[in-house]
Amino acid sequence: MDRSVTEAAVIELAGLSVRFGKREILHSLTRTVSGRTIGLLGPNGAGKSTLIQTLLGFCPSSAGSARIFGLDIHKDAQALRSLIGYMPENDAFIANMSAVSFVRLMGELAGLPSGAALERAHEVLFYVGLGEARYRPLGTYSLGMKQLAKLAQAIVHGPRLLILDEPTNGLDPPARLRMIRLIKEMKDTGTMHLVLCSHLLRDVEETCEEVLILKSGNIVHYSNLEEERRANKRFVELETVGDDQGFAGALTALGCECVNAGAGRMKMVLPVDFELRDIYRLAGERDLQLRRLNYRRDTLEDIFLKAMEV
Amino acid sequence: MAVYKRTYSAYQGTFTPTWSRFMILPRYSFSGVWQSRFLAMFRIAALFYPLGCAAYIYASHNLSFLTSLQVPTQVQNSFFSVTPNVFLYYCYVQGALAYILTAFVGPTLVSPDLVNGAMPLYLCRPFSRTEYILGKMSVLIYLLSAITWVPGLILFGIQASLAGLEWTTNNLWIAGSLFIGMMVWIVVLSLIALALSAWVKWKIAAGGLLLGVFFAGAGFGTAINAIMRTKNGSLINLTQVIYTVWMKLFRAEPDTGISVTSAWTCLAVVCALCLWLLMRRVRAFEVVK
Repeated sequence: MDRSVTEAAVIELAGLSVRFGKREILHSLTRTVSGRTIGLLGPNGAGKSTLIQTLLGFCPSSAGSARIFGLDIHKDAQALRSLIGYMPENDAFIANMSAVSFVRLMGELAGLPSGAALERAHEVLFYVGLGEARYRPLGTYSLGMKQLAKLAQAIVHGPRLLILDEPTNGLDPPARLRMIRLIKEMKDTGTMHLVLCSHLLRDVEETCEEVLILKSGNIVHYSNLEEERRANKRFVELETVGDDQGFAGALTALGCECVNAGAGRMKMVLPVDFELRDIYRLAGERDLQLRRLNYRRDTLEDIFLKAMEV
Repeated sequence: MAVYKRTYSAYQGTFTPTWSRFMILPRYSFSGVWQSRFLAMFRIAALFYPLGCAAYIYASHNLSFLTSLQVPTQVQNSFFSVTPNVFLYYCYVQGALAYILTAFVGPTLVSPDLVNGAMPLYLCRPFSRTEYILGKMSVLIYLLSAITWVPGLILFGIQASLAGLEWTTNNLWIAGSLFIGMMVWIVVLSLIALALSAWVKWKIAAGGLLLGVFFAGAGFGTAINAIMRTKNGSLINLTQVIYTVWMKLFRAEPDTGISVTSAWTCLAVVCALCLWLLMRRVRAFEVVK
């Protein structure tokens, strides 16, 4: 493997725009991410799947560029695709084929010799938990089993970047836990980077180190969850009664990051040298009743909601 | 990694060259085709006519054999004589069988992939749309070649070995015409079958549509010719179009009323249309308007 490929950032977006007809779906995205697991969050229609499809070279970009491991997604598409494994969101299989033939075919198309592809197909099917059902036609599989078969085909060739689009979609709780465990295990091998696209915040929070939040085709927030966890910031949740106009502004002026959660509720991140009594003082000055004040860690849900307010 | 360990490890082995990967698809597609007993029987039945032709060529070079069968000398001279027309009729018969085989096999190649959303899985790998289409098309090319130009060239070889060097030298163009004529037909049939199955995505409908394209084309063509008092209606009758090409290739005077240039142009337009349709449909994603 080329040394420059090995050491480059996982994904570099440089003013990437994508347009379908007259409608621009992604607006000049610029960001570099290099974590081992990257979460892609956003509401429906935010552009997550379009971004993934653009990174895979399916959609042409209308402006800007993107690189994965330093390789341009359009110029080096062939080389790049041999480094990537992709698990699509929707049903994607060949109905009359057994799982082992299907995974073997996908392995061969990724460049594995026929014998090695067969061997790997058996291995990965056992790994994802479909070992006993590997000779059954895919058309007879349940939804959960199809998800696992899609994961198996994505990892059969040992990709360096695995892109998972809604991997826990339609899974029951035990199957979801199994999928999360597999994702964590693959992450822990250290041989693979993962991009997890999901609207389920819990899945992303459990597995990802970095999070990109998209909204209406823009990156509205980037968060390094690992660093934030290590920084152990002080997060406070407030509930007030009364006219809280200007209260958030006053707290922001003191260095707090505030998000109004509605109905007198407020979430904030306190700066390092912030004195809690300042909150009481400011509330007193505005004749505002403080009904609740909780210390809590900032969850991904908070980050997400904050990003959605932008 | 051993199966019993059930842990993930990356693949460390060698990779195959990129250019060879389009040949993977036919291998997997063939396994499906061979499983069908009906198709196996059909392919065997499709070789009866070439066998008959081989017997005819053999008989025409063994006058003593014909005499022993008490075939009159007049018949021996008129009927048992291997002319380019023998190979032209061979094209008509085997071309029709190739069409029927395409109607059964063609729609099973692309539509299941499109219906089950398998395209992103193919195309997220170092494997292009062109390679996909080439791979699927080569299934039909192999199958149809086995019942068209391959036995045709064997027949030519039999005739050449029996007729001698002089005949072979003077008639080598027949082999070329046979190969070109059949290959053109195979490419046209394959492209139409793949394009229609990619368009309707339902293999039964695609098979029906493939039959409809030819029969409806013939019907409309005849109707246009009758109503407009022209011969140009035959241009939408693909059978007449390919007959024109074959006749010209076998140095016979085309009696279809279509000029050879128009026939070649018509085939080129059909192929271009099919390729355009395939490129529109064979994609990893669909933009919903």
